Amino acid sequence: MKVQLKIWRQPNAQTKGQFVDYSLNDINPEMSFLEMLDALNKQLIEKGEDPVAYEHDCREGICGSCGLFINGRPHGPEKEVATCQLHMRSFRDGQTIVVEPWRAQAFPVIKDLIVDRSAFEKIMDAGGFVSVDTGSAPEANSTPVKRQHAERAFDAGVCIGCGACVAACKNSSATLFVAAKISQLALLPQGKPEAKRRALNMVAKMEELGFGSCTSTEACEVECPKSISLDHIARMNREYLKASFSEEKD
Amino acid sequence: MSHFFTSPVGKKFIMSITGIFLMLFLIVHLSVNSLLMVGSDAFNSAAHFMVTNPFIRILEPILALGFIIHIIYSAYLTLQNQRYRPVRYKKVDRWGSTTWPSRNMFILGVLILIFLVIHLSNFYWKVRFGHLDTVMVEGTEMENLYGLVSGLFINWWWYDVIYILGALFLGLHLSHGFWAAFQSLGWDNDLWRIRLKRIAYVFAVIMGVGFASIPVYFLITSG
Repeated sequence: MKVQLKIWRQPNAQTKGQFVDYSLNDINPEMSFLEMLDALNKQLIEKGEDPVAYEHDCREGICGSCGLFINGRPHGPEKEVATCQLHMRSFRDGQTIVVEPWRAQAFPVIKDLIVDRSAFEKIMDAGGFVSVDTGSAPEANSTPVKRQHAERAFDAGVCIGCGACVAACKNSSATLFVAAKISQLALLPQGKPEAKRRALNMVAKMEELGFGSCTSTEACEVECPKSISLDHIARMNREYLKASFSEEKD
Repeated sequence: MSHFFTSPVGKKFIMSITGIFLMLFLIVHLSVNSLLMVGSDAFNSAAHFMVTNPFIRILEPILALGFIIHIIYSAYLTLQNQRYRPVRYKKVDRWGSTTWPSRNMFILGVLILIFLVIHLSNFYWKVRFGHLDTVMVEGTEMENLYGLVSGLFINWWWYDVIYILGALFLGLHLSHGFWAAFQSLGWDNDLWRIRLKRIAYVFAVIMGVGFASIPVYFLITSG
Protein backbone atom coordinates (compact mmCIF):
# COMPACT_ATOMS: atom_id res chain seq x y z
CA MET A 1 0.00 0.00 0.00
CA LYS A 2 0.93 3.66 -0.45
CA VAL A 3 0.81 6.33 2.24
CA GLN A 4 1.35 10.10 2.26
CA LEU A 5 2.95 11.30 5.48
CA LYS A 6 2.98 14.75 7.04
CA ILE A 7 5.54 14.53 9.81
CA TRP A 8 6.56 17.21 12.31
CA ARG A 9 10.30 17.86 11.96
CA GLN A 10 12.12 19.95 14.54
CA PRO A 11 15.93 19.69 14.94
CA ASN A 12 15.90 20.64 18.63
CA ALA A 13 13.92 22.43 21.34
CA GLN A 14 15.32 25.86 20.40
CA THR A 15 14.63 25.71 16.65
CA LYS A 16 11.19 26.21 15.13
CA GLY A 17 9.70 23.08 13.59
CA GLN A 18 7.58 22.44 10.50
CA PHE A 19 5.66 19.68 8.73
CA VAL A 20 7.51 17.79 6.01
CA ASP A 21 5.71 15.63 3.42
CA TYR A 22 6.94 12.13 2.60
CA SER A 23 5.37 9.47 0.42
CA LEU A 24 6.01 5.77 0.81
CA ASN A 25 5.19 3.00 -1.66
CA ASP A 26 5.24 -0.75 -1.03
CA ILE A 27 4.12 -0.60 2.58
CA ASN A 28 2.94 -3.97 3.87
CA PRO A 29 -0.45 -3.54 5.61
CA GLU A 30 0.70 -5.98 8.30
CA MET A 31 3.58 -3.70 9.28
CA SER A 32 3.28 -1.88 12.58
CA PHE A 33 3.21 1.91 12.48
CA LEU A 34 6.73 2.03 13.91
CA GLU A 35 8.01 -0.44 11.28
CA MET A 36 6.56 1.88 8.64
CA LEU A 37 8.55 4.76 10.21
CA ASP A 38 11.63 2.48 10.21
CA ALA A 39 11.11 1.92 6.47
CA LEU A 40 10.91 5.70 5.97
CA ASN A 41 14.06 6.24 8.05
CA LYS A 42 15.94 3.59 6.03
CA GLN A 43 15.16 5.56 2.87
CA LEU A 44 16.16 8.85 4.52
CA ILE A 45 19.48 7.41 5.73
CA GLU A 46 20.21 5.98 2.26
CA LYS A 47 19.64 9.46 0.81
CA GLY A 48 21.95 10.92 3.46
CA GLU A 49 19.12 12.81 5.23
CA ASP A 50 18.44 13.05 8.96
CA PRO A 51 16.07 10.22 10.01
CA VAL A 52 12.82 11.03 11.84
CA ALA A 53 13.45 10.84 15.60
CA TYR A 54 10.76 9.03 17.56
CA GLU A 55 10.75 7.27 20.91
CA HIS A 56 10.29 3.49 21.20
CA ASP A 57 11.43 0.68 23.41
CA CYS A 58 9.49 -2.54 24.09
CA ARG A 59 7.19 -2.47 21.02
CA GLU A 60 4.81 -4.61 23.09
CA GLY A 61 2.53 -1.87 24.41
CA ILE A 62 3.82 -1.92 27.96
CA CYS A 63 6.67 0.58 28.20
CA GLY A 64 4.76 3.75 27.29
CA SER A 65 7.52 5.37 25.23
CA CYS A 66 6.02 5.32 21.72
CA GLY A 67 3.37 8.04 22.01
CA LEU A 68 2.60 9.74 18.70
CA PHE A 69 -0.35 11.96 17.76
CA ILE A 70 -1.59 10.29 14.59
CA ASN A 71 -4.32 11.82 12.41
CA GLY A 72 -5.67 13.90 15.26
CA ARG A 73 -5.66 11.19 17.95
CA PRO A 74 -3.10 9.96 20.48
CA HIS A 75 -1.81 6.52 19.39
CA GLY A 76 -3.90 6.74 16.20
CA PRO A 77 -7.38 5.55 15.25
CA GLU A 78 -7.59 2.20 17.07
CA LYS A 79 -8.90 1.75 20.62
CA GLU A 80 -6.77 0.42 23.48
CA VAL A 81 -3.49 0.23 21.60
CA ALA A 82 -0.22 2.09 21.92
CA THR A 83 1.41 3.37 18.71
CA CYS A 84 3.67 0.29 18.53
CA GLN A 85 0.62 -1.98 18.33
CA LEU A 86 -1.06 0.07 15.62
CA HIS A 87 -0.81 -1.56 12.21
CA MET A 88 -0.88 -0.07 8.73
CA ARG A 89 -4.04 -2.09 7.95
CA SER A 90 -5.86 0.52 10.06
CA PHE A 91 -5.27 3.04 7.25
CA ARG A 92 -6.57 3.26 3.68
CA ASP A 93 -4.32 2.81 0.66
CA GLY A 94 -3.10 6.27 -0.37
CA GLN A 95 -4.28 7.93 2.84
CA THR A 96 -2.57 11.05 4.17
CA ILE A 97 -1.36 10.51 7.74
CA VAL A 98 -0.45 13.49 9.93
CA VAL A 99 2.10 12.59 12.63
CA GLU A 100 2.71 15.06 15.46
CA PRO A 101 4.44 14.94 18.84
CA TRP A 102 2.38 15.31 22.06
CA ARG A 103 1.55 19.00 22.40
CA ALA A 104 1.69 20.34 25.95
CA GLN A 105 3.60 23.05 27.73
CA ALA A 106 4.82 20.46 30.25
CA PHE A 107 6.03 18.11 27.45
CA PRO A 108 8.50 20.22 25.42
CA VAL A 109 9.73 18.79 22.10
CA ILE A 110 13.30 17.45 22.27
CA LYS A 111 13.57 16.49 18.60
CA ASP A 112 11.01 15.76 15.84
CA LEU A 113 8.42 13.49 17.50
CA ILE A 114 10.19 13.02 20.83
CA VAL A 115 8.96 15.01 23.81
CA ASP A 116 10.42 15.33 27.28
CA ARG A 117 8.04 13.48 29.61
CA SER A 118 10.23 13.81 32.70
CA ALA A 119 7.42 15.90 34.26
CA PHE A 120 5.68 12.56 34.94
CA GLU A 121 8.76 11.37 36.84
CA LYS A 122 8.71 14.54 38.94
CA ILE A 123 5.02 13.93 39.79
CA MET A 124 5.89 10.36 40.82
CA ASP A 125 8.76 11.67 42.96
CA ALA A 126 6.24 13.89 44.78
CA GLY A 127 4.43 10.87 46.25
CA GLY A 128 3.75 8.05 43.79
CA PHE A 129 5.36 5.44 45.99
CA VAL A 130 5.04 3.58 49.30
CA SER A 131 7.78 4.20 51.87
CA VAL A 132 8.22 0.77 53.40
CA ASP A 133 11.32 -1.18 54.18
CA THR A 134 11.98 -3.77 51.57
CA GLY A 135 12.83 -7.27 52.65
CA SER A 136 11.62 -10.76 52.05
CA ALA A 137 8.06 -11.20 50.77
CA PRO A 138 5.51 -11.01 53.62
CA GLU A 139 3.23 -13.91 54.47
CA ALA A 140 0.45 -13.90 51.86
CA ASN A 141 -2.57 -13.71 54.16
CA SER A 142 -1.18 -11.26 56.72
CA THR A 143 -2.64 -8.20 54.95
CA PRO A 144 -6.13 -8.94 53.61
CA VAL A 145 -7.26 -6.90 50.58
CA LYS A 146 -10.86 -6.77 49.39
CA ARG A 147 -11.18 -8.34 45.95
CA GLN A 148 -12.94 -5.27 44.46
CA HIS A 149 -10.19 -3.02 45.79
CA ALA A 150 -7.45 -5.29 44.47
CA GLU A 151 -9.07 -5.32 41.03
CA ARG A 152 -9.64 -1.56 40.91
CA ALA A 153 -6.07 -0.94 42.11
CA PHE A 154 -4.86 -3.21 39.31
CA ASP A 155 -7.03 -1.36 36.75
CA ALA A 156 -5.29 1.87 37.79
CA GLY A 157 -1.90 0.16 38.06
CA VAL A 158 -1.83 -0.75 34.37
CA CYS A 159 -1.03 2.90 33.52
CA ILE A 160 2.14 2.90 31.39
CA GLY A 161 2.74 6.65 31.75
CA CYS A 162 2.68 7.24 27.99
CA GLY A 163 1.11 10.70 28.27
CA ALA A 164 -1.81 10.08 25.88
CA CYS A 165 -4.17 11.52 28.51
CA VAL A 166 -2.26 14.82 28.47
CA ALA A 167 -2.08 14.78 24.66
CA ALA A 168 -5.83 14.15 24.32
CA CYS A 169 -6.99 16.64 26.95
CA LYS A 170 -8.01 20.07 25.68
CA ASN A 171 -6.44 21.52 28.85
CA SER A 172 -3.25 19.38 28.64
CA SER A 173 -4.20 18.04 32.05
CA ALA A 174 -2.36 15.10 33.59
CA THR A 175 -5.30 14.38 35.90
CA LEU A 176 -5.91 10.82 34.65
CA PHE A 177 -2.23 9.90 35.14
CA VAL A 178 -2.08 11.44 38.63
CA ALA A 179 -5.47 9.94 39.53
CA ALA A 180 -4.39 6.47 38.44
CA LYS A 181 -1.34 6.65 40.72
CA ILE A 182 -3.17 8.16 43.71
CA SER A 183 -6.13 5.80 43.29
CA GLN A 184 -4.03 2.65 42.93
CA LEU A 185 -2.16 3.28 46.19
CA ALA A 186 -5.18 4.66 48.09
CA LEU A 187 -7.07 1.41 47.45
CA LEU A 188 -4.38 -0.81 48.95
CA PRO A 189 -3.55 -1.11 52.66
CA GLN A 190 0.16 -0.50 51.97
CA GLY A 191 -0.65 2.89 50.42
CA LYS A 192 -3.12 4.16 53.02
CA PRO A 193 -0.72 5.57 55.67
CA GLU A 194 0.65 8.10 53.16
CA ALA A 195 -2.60 8.64 51.21
CA LYS A 196 -3.25 12.21 52.41
CA ARG A 197 0.23 13.55 51.84
CA ARG A 198 0.42 11.74 48.50
CA ALA A 199 -2.83 13.27 47.20
CA LEU A 200 -1.86 16.80 48.25
CA ASN A 201 1.72 16.63 46.97
CA MET A 202 1.08 14.93 43.63
CA VAL A 203 -1.78 17.31 42.71
CA ALA A 204 0.34 20.32 43.73
CA LYS A 205 3.26 19.05 41.65
CA MET A 206 1.00 18.50 38.63
CA GLU A 207 -0.11 22.12 38.77
CA GLU A 208 3.40 23.43 39.40
CA LEU A 209 4.73 21.65 36.29
CA GLY A 210 2.19 23.34 34.01
CA PHE A 211 -0.57 20.81 33.44
CA GLY A 212 -4.15 22.10 33.22
CA SER A 213 -7.16 21.14 35.30
CA CYS A 214 -9.77 18.49 34.53
CA THR A 215 -13.03 19.56 32.87
CA SER A 216 -14.37 15.99 32.62
CA THR A 217 -14.61 15.80 28.81
CA GLU A 218 -13.64 12.11 29.09
CA ALA A 219 -11.22 12.35 26.13
CA CYS A 220 -8.40 10.89 28.27
CA GLU A 221 -10.32 7.71 29.09
CA VAL A 222 -11.24 7.14 25.44
CA GLU A 223 -7.68 7.69 24.19
CA CYS A 224 -5.88 5.84 27.02
CA PRO A 225 -4.27 2.68 25.55
CA LYS A 226 -5.07 0.95 28.85
CA SER A 227 -8.64 2.37 29.12
CA ILE A 228 -8.06 3.79 32.59
CA SER A 229 -11.41 4.98 33.87
CA LEU A 230 -12.47 8.47 34.93
CA ASP A 231 -13.72 6.80 38.11
CA HIS A 232 -10.15 7.05 39.35
CA ILE A 233 -10.33 10.83 38.92
CA ALA A 234 -13.42 10.89 41.13
CA ARG A 235 -11.52 8.83 43.71
CA MET A 236 -8.57 11.22 43.47
CA ASN A 237 -10.94 14.16 44.04
CA ARG A 238 -12.37 12.39 47.11
CA GLU A 239 -8.88 11.67 48.41
CA TYR A 240 -7.80 15.26 47.81
CA LEU A 241 -10.91 16.72 49.48
CA LYS A 242 -10.49 14.40 52.47
CA ALA A 243 -6.81 15.26 52.75
CA SER A 244 -7.43 19.03 52.43
CA PHE A 245 -9.97 19.11 55.22
CA SER A 246 -8.17 16.78 57.62
CA GLU A 247 -4.56 17.84 57.16
CA GLU A 248 -2.33 17.37 60.17
CA LYS A 249 1.09 18.70 61.06
CA ASP A 250 3.92 16.31 60.33
CA MET B 1 -6.25 23.52 53.25
CA SER B 2 -4.39 26.80 52.57
CA HIS B 3 -3.88 25.88 48.90
CA PHE B 4 -7.23 24.17 48.46
CA PHE B 5 -9.10 26.95 46.66
CA THR B 6 -6.24 27.59 44.23
CA SER B 7 -5.50 23.91 43.52
CA PRO B 8 -6.78 22.25 40.32
CA VAL B 9 -9.16 20.07 42.37
CA GLY B 10 -10.27 22.97 44.61
CA LYS B 11 -11.10 25.26 41.69
CA LYS B 12 -13.31 22.56 40.21
CA PHE B 13 -14.86 22.09 43.67
CA ILE B 14 -15.90 25.76 43.62
CA MET B 15 -17.36 25.41 40.10
CA SER B 16 -19.21 22.31 41.22
CA ILE B 17 -20.68 23.71 44.47
CA THR B 18 -21.81 26.97 42.82
CA GLY B 19 -23.15 24.97 39.86
CA ILE B 20 -25.25 22.71 42.10
CA PHE B 21 -26.55 25.79 43.96
CA LEU B 22 -27.54 27.42 40.64
CA MET B 23 -29.24 24.20 39.52
CA LEU B 24 -31.35 24.23 42.71
CA PHE B 25 -32.30 27.82 41.86
CA LEU B 26 -33.31 26.72 38.33
CA ILE B 27 -35.73 24.15 39.80
CA VAL B 28 -37.46 26.87 41.86
CA HIS B 29 -37.38 29.32 38.93
CA LEU B 30 -38.96 26.88 36.48
CA SER B 31 -41.58 25.79 39.03
CA VAL B 32 -42.75 29.39 39.52
CA ASN B 33 -42.52 30.22 35.81
CA SER B 34 -44.56 27.24 34.72
CA LEU B 35 -47.51 28.97 36.47
CA LEU B 36 -47.43 31.46 33.55
CA MET B 37 -49.13 28.70 31.57
CA VAL B 38 -51.76 28.20 34.31
CA GLY B 39 -53.06 31.75 34.42
CA SER B 40 -52.42 35.36 35.43
CA ASP B 41 -53.71 35.09 39.02
CA ALA B 42 -51.68 31.95 39.79
CA PHE B 43 -48.45 33.45 38.45
CA ASN B 44 -48.99 36.89 40.01
CA SER B 45 -49.68 35.33 43.42
CA ALA B 46 -46.56 33.16 43.23
CA ALA B 47 -44.43 36.09 42.06
CA HIS B 48 -45.87 38.30 44.82
CA PHE B 49 -44.96 35.62 47.38
CA MET B 50 -41.39 35.43 46.03
CA VAL B 51 -40.95 39.24 46.00
CA THR B 52 -42.29 39.72 49.54
CA ASN B 53 -40.93 36.60 51.27
CA PRO B 54 -38.07 37.61 53.63
CA PHE B 55 -36.30 34.24 53.16
CA ILE B 56 -36.22 34.77 49.39
CA ARG B 57 -34.95 38.35 49.94
CA ILE B 58 -32.02 36.96 51.96
CA LEU B 59 -31.30 34.33 49.30
CA GLU B 60 -31.25 36.90 46.48
CA PRO B 61 -27.76 38.36 47.15
CA ILE B 62 -26.44 34.83 47.86
CA LEU B 63 -27.80 33.73 44.48
CA ALA B 64 -26.13 36.72 42.81
CA LEU B 65 -22.88 35.76 44.54
CA GLY B 66 -23.29 32.17 43.31
CA PHE B 67 -23.58 33.43 39.72
CA ILE B 68 -20.61 35.80 40.10
CA ILE B 69 -18.28 33.15 41.60
CA HIS B 70 -19.32 30.56 38.99
CA ILE B 71 -18.65 33.04 36.16
CA ILE B 72 -15.37 34.43 37.51
CA TYR B 73 -13.91 31.02 38.33
CA SER B 74 -14.90 29.63 34.92
CA ALA B 75 -13.23 32.55 33.13
CA TYR B 76 -10.14 32.17 35.32
CA LEU B 77 -9.96 28.40 34.78
CA THR B 78 -10.56 28.63 31.04
CA LEU B 79 -7.92 31.33 30.51
CA GLN B 80 -5.45 29.37 32.62
CA ASN B 81 -6.13 26.08 30.82
CA GLN B 82 -5.61 27.76 27.42
CA ARG B 83 -2.00 28.50 28.33
CA TYR B 84 -1.03 24.86 28.78
CA ARG B 85 -0.91 24.07 25.05
CA PRO B 86 1.19 26.85 23.49
CA VAL B 87 1.63 24.96 20.17
CA ARG B 88 -1.66 23.66 18.78
CA TYR B 89 -2.16 20.41 16.88
CA LYS B 90 -2.44 20.59 13.10
CA LYS B 91 -5.14 17.94 13.06
CA VAL B 92 -7.49 17.08 15.92
CA ASP B 93 -10.13 14.37 15.66
CA ARG B 94 -12.44 14.52 18.66
CA TRP B 95 -15.46 12.88 17.06
CA GLY B 96 -16.53 9.98 19.17
CA SER B 97 -14.23 10.70 22.09
CA THR B 98 -16.04 13.65 23.68
CA THR B 99 -19.41 15.41 23.51
CA TRP B 100 -19.74 18.91 22.04
CA PRO B 101 -21.13 20.48 25.26
CA SER B 102 -18.28 19.01 27.35
CA ARG B 103 -15.70 20.71 25.14
CA ASN B 104 -17.61 23.99 24.89
CA MET B 105 -18.86 24.65 28.41
CA PHE B 106 -17.24 28.09 28.46
CA ILE B 107 -18.74 29.15 25.12
CA LEU B 108 -22.16 27.91 26.28
CA GLY B 109 -21.59 29.75 29.55
CA VAL B 110 -20.81 33.02 27.73
CA LEU B 111 -23.97 32.63 25.61
CA ILE B 112 -26.01 32.01 28.78
CA LEU B 113 -24.39 35.08 30.38
CA ILE B 114 -25.42 37.24 27.38
CA PHE B 115 -28.93 35.82 27.71
CA LEU B 116 -28.86 36.52 31.45
CA VAL B 117 -28.09 40.21 30.87
CA ILE B 118 -31.00 40.50 28.42
CA HIS B 119 -33.23 38.53 30.79
CA LEU B 120 -32.41 40.69 33.83
CA SER B 121 -32.98 43.91 31.89
CA ASN B 122 -36.34 42.58 30.62
CA PHE B 123 -37.77 41.61 33.98
CA TYR B 124 -35.63 41.91 37.10
CA TRP B 125 -34.59 45.50 36.44
CA LYS B 126 -38.19 46.58 35.77
CA VAL B 127 -39.55 44.81 38.86
CA ARG B 128 -36.85 46.16 41.16
CA PHE B 129 -36.35 49.66 39.84
CA GLY B 130 -39.27 50.39 37.51
CA HIS B 131 -42.96 51.04 38.06
CA LEU B 132 -45.42 48.30 37.20
CA ASP B 133 -49.21 48.38 36.99
CA THR B 134 -50.94 46.68 39.88
CA VAL B 135 -53.79 44.16 39.91
CA MET B 136 -56.07 42.84 42.64
CA VAL B 137 -55.82 39.08 43.27
CA GLU B 138 -58.17 37.73 45.97
CA GLY B 139 -58.26 41.05 47.78
CA THR B 140 -54.49 41.71 47.68
CA GLU B 141 -53.01 44.44 45.54
CA MET B 142 -49.89 43.23 43.71
CA GLU B 143 -47.70 44.14 40.74
CA ASN B 144 -48.93 42.69 37.44
CA LEU B 145 -45.84 40.62 36.53
CA TYR B 146 -47.93 38.37 34.33
CA GLY B 147 -48.76 41.42 32.21
CA LEU B 148 -45.07 42.30 31.90
CA VAL B 149 -44.03 38.77 30.83
CA SER B 150 -46.93 38.03 28.51
CA GLY B 151 -46.64 41.52 26.97
CA LEU B 152 -43.00 40.90 26.08
CA PHE B 153 -43.60 37.46 24.61
CA ILE B 154 -46.76 38.43 22.69
CA ASN B 155 -45.57 41.78 21.30
CA TRP B 156 -41.94 41.04 20.37
CA TRP B 157 -41.46 37.79 18.52
CA TRP B 158 -37.65 38.06 18.54
CA TYR B 159 -37.69 37.94 22.33
CA ASP B 160 -39.42 34.56 22.01
CA VAL B 161 -36.57 33.42 19.79
CA ILE B 162 -33.95 34.74 22.26
CA TYR B 163 -35.64 32.96 25.19
CA ILE B 164 -35.95 29.68 23.27
CA LEU B 165 -32.24 29.90 22.37
CA GLY B 166 -31.38 30.73 25.99
CA ALA B 167 -33.23 27.61 27.14
CA LEU B 168 -31.42 25.53 24.51
CA PHE B 169 -27.98 26.79 25.61
CA LEU B 170 -28.91 26.16 29.25
CA GLY B 171 -30.03 22.60 28.46
CA LEU B 172 -26.76 21.85 26.65
CA HIS B 173 -24.72 23.40 29.49
CA LEU B 174 -26.55 21.28 32.05
CA SER B 175 -26.27 18.07 30.00
CA HIS B 176 -22.55 18.10 30.87
CA GLY B 177 -22.51 20.33 33.94
CA PHE B 178 -24.86 18.27 36.08
CA TRP B 179 -22.78 15.08 35.86
CA ALA B 180 -19.42 16.89 35.89
CA ALA B 181 -20.39 18.70 39.13
CA PHE B 182 -20.70 15.37 40.93
CA GLN B 183 -17.54 14.01 39.29
CA SER B 184 -15.57 17.05 40.56
CA LEU B 185 -16.92 16.48 44.07
CA GLY B 186 -15.70 12.89 43.88
CA TRP B 187 -19.24 11.51 44.08
CA ASP B 188 -18.79 9.13 41.21
CA ASN B 189 -17.82 5.55 40.47
CA ASP B 190 -18.49 2.91 37.81
CA LEU B 191 -22.10 2.53 38.98
CA TRP B 192 -22.99 6.14 39.77
CA ARG B 193 -21.43 7.50 36.60
CA ILE B 194 -24.13 5.84 34.49
CA ARG B 195 -26.87 6.91 36.91
CA LEU B 196 -25.68 10.51 37.21
CA LYS B 197 -25.34 10.85 33.43
CA ARG B 198 -28.91 9.63 32.93
CA ILE B 199 -30.20 12.01 35.59
CA ALA B 200 -28.15 14.78 33.93
CA TYR B 201 -29.84 14.24 30.56
CA VAL B 202 -33.31 14.09 32.12
CA PHE B 203 -32.59 17.26 34.15
CA ALA B 204 -31.17 19.05 31.08
CA VAL B 205 -34.20 18.13 28.95
CA ILE B 206 -36.68 19.18 31.68
CA MET B 207 -34.91 22.54 32.12
CA GLY B 208 -34.35 23.19 28.40
CA VAL B 209 -37.83 22.17 27.25
CA GLY B 210 -39.46 23.64 30.37
CA PHE B 211 -38.05 27.14 29.93
CA ALA B 212 -38.50 27.06 26.13
CA SER B 213 -42.15 26.03 26.49
CA ILE B 214 -43.09 29.40 28.05
CA PRO B 215 -42.35 31.63 24.99
CA VAL B 216 -43.72 28.83 22.76
CA TYR B 217 -46.94 28.84 24.81
CA PHE B 218 -47.39 32.60 24.36
CA LEU B 219 -46.58 32.38 20.64
CA ILE B 220 -49.25 29.69 20.15
CA THR B 221 -51.95 31.17 22.39
CA SER B 222 -51.58 34.71 21.03
CA GLY B 223 -52.08 33.34 17.52
